[in-house]
Amino acid sequence: MVIGVLALQGDFREHARMVRSLGVEVHLVRFPEEVESVDGLIIPGGESTTMGKLMVKYGLDQAIVDRFDAGRLAIYGTCAGMIVVAREIEGSQAQPHLGLLDVTVQRNAFGRQKESSEEDLEIEGLDTPLHALFIRAPVIIRTGPSVSVLARVAQGPVYVQQGRLLASSFHPELGSDTRVHEQFLRLAEQSSNQEV
Amino acid sequence: MTEIGTTRIKRGLAEMFKGGVIMDVTTVDQAKIAEEAGAVSVMALERIPADIRREGGVARAADPGLVEQIMDAVSIPVMAKVRIGHIAEARILEYMGVDFIDESEVLTPADVTYHIDKWQFKIPFVCGARNLGEALRRVSEGAAMIRTKGEPGTGDVSEAVTHMRAVMNEVRKVQSMLEDELVVEAKDLGVNVELLREVRMLGRLPVVNFAAGGIATPADAALMMMLGADGVFVGSGIFKSSDPLPRARAIVVATTYWEDPKVLLEVSKGLKEGMSGIDARTLVELDKMQVRGN
Repeated sequence: MVIGVLALQGDFREHARMVRSLGVEVHLVRFPEEVESVDGLIIPGGESTTMGKLMVKYGLDQAIVDRFDAGRLAIYGTCAGMIVVAREIEGSQAQPHLGLLDVTVQRNAFGRQKESSEEDLEIEGLDTPLHALFIRAPVIIRTGPSVSVLARVAQGPVYVQQGRLLASSFHPELGSDTRVHEQFLRLAEQSSNQEV
Repeated sequence: MTEIGTTRIKRGLAEMFKGGVIMDVTTVDQAKIAEEAGAVSVMALERIPADIRREGGVARAADPGLVEQIMDAVSIPVMAKVRIGHIAEARILEYMGVDFIDESEVLTPADVTYHIDKWQFKIPFVCGARNLGEALRRVSEGAAMIRTKGEPGTGDVSEAVTHMRAVMNEVRKVQSMLEDELVVEAKDLGVNVELLREVRMLGRLPVVNFAAGGIATPADAALMMMLGADGVFVGSGIFKSSDPLPRARAIVVATTYWEDPKVLLEVSKGLKEGMSGIDARTLVELDKMQVRGN
């Protein structure tokens, strides 16, 4: 199994480091052909408008959608990555995005940087809370019927799953708790097995 | 319990800027162009460094009304500059909810001895540095991000190169030091030995380190990434050029694809004239912004 980390902009090295620490091979992905060799793709935190524009430039967006639709790719988006995978972005439909996750996200839902925060978060499937960092984070304001909510805060859902697609508003890659990444690796394993 | 304004949250926002370009803007229209080009953040200011240099006089923080208009006009984070040591300008920006404050040598220093105690603020600060000692002194005052000073407003990248190389070189030196050598080095640099130990362990600064000061072309941005920058600030280089949007876009692409000469070639071609610039070696000491704050 190989995990790709979208390396256009943002904290992709932190994701790569965390996945490697779990003994899994990581490729940084910047061009469409590089999507073909990975079973899972992490879309990191960063600036969603920047990543969206860069994704379109060389057709990475289409390459990701095609491999996902063929059932060969699991995807995990954090923060900006959640916005990039969402179907609808409140108030800015013009921003390029993948539209795979049947939700509507609201960008900067907590407010500006001075409202950014950290807290212990109860997550479905984990025995103890995970310490979560929310940095100018988005929140989900609508979930489609195939989407399950794995964690929520007062403002709304912040961690969701739809089949082999995960998205979180917070940044597990900035800490040392690997449990969310382990959840993702189990989904990517399913895509990997499918190829055989 | 929910906590705001922690060190991790402040440094974390800087982590999100990595691999990106932060652009100086002086109007709402420029801010929109920067966002359209793919900037990760904009720096709102009244005059860009090249004009400050040309016009002279005392350069202060921008009119908060202008900063507010820019905050309303774009969805990306907004930064603004304050004078070195100007606690009150910083408190105003914090209250407004600016996302990041640049305590900047580009403006005329308000305090010739002390920088702001940045630990007292809920929002993060970025500061300029020419070498490891300066960078770590700013980190110990609470800076959540460091950038090279370069020589702002010149369009000459050479000073940014010197400063980035100095930081990287000193980090490598520290990595090979024994404990007794480290203690003396900390004394020489005027920094806390704990902080220097952290640098030795990490093999880099404990915060994100961007390049700034004189970057004017896509190749300049790529060069700074090659030297180990986490991302770049472009000040006068974009809006002092003859056709800002294509140049801004090209610099964004070059900052992502800095390892790929084919992409760099593609985006470097056909850009209209860049800013004219000043050879930084011709500046007399008094005209250098980089010597402000140490």
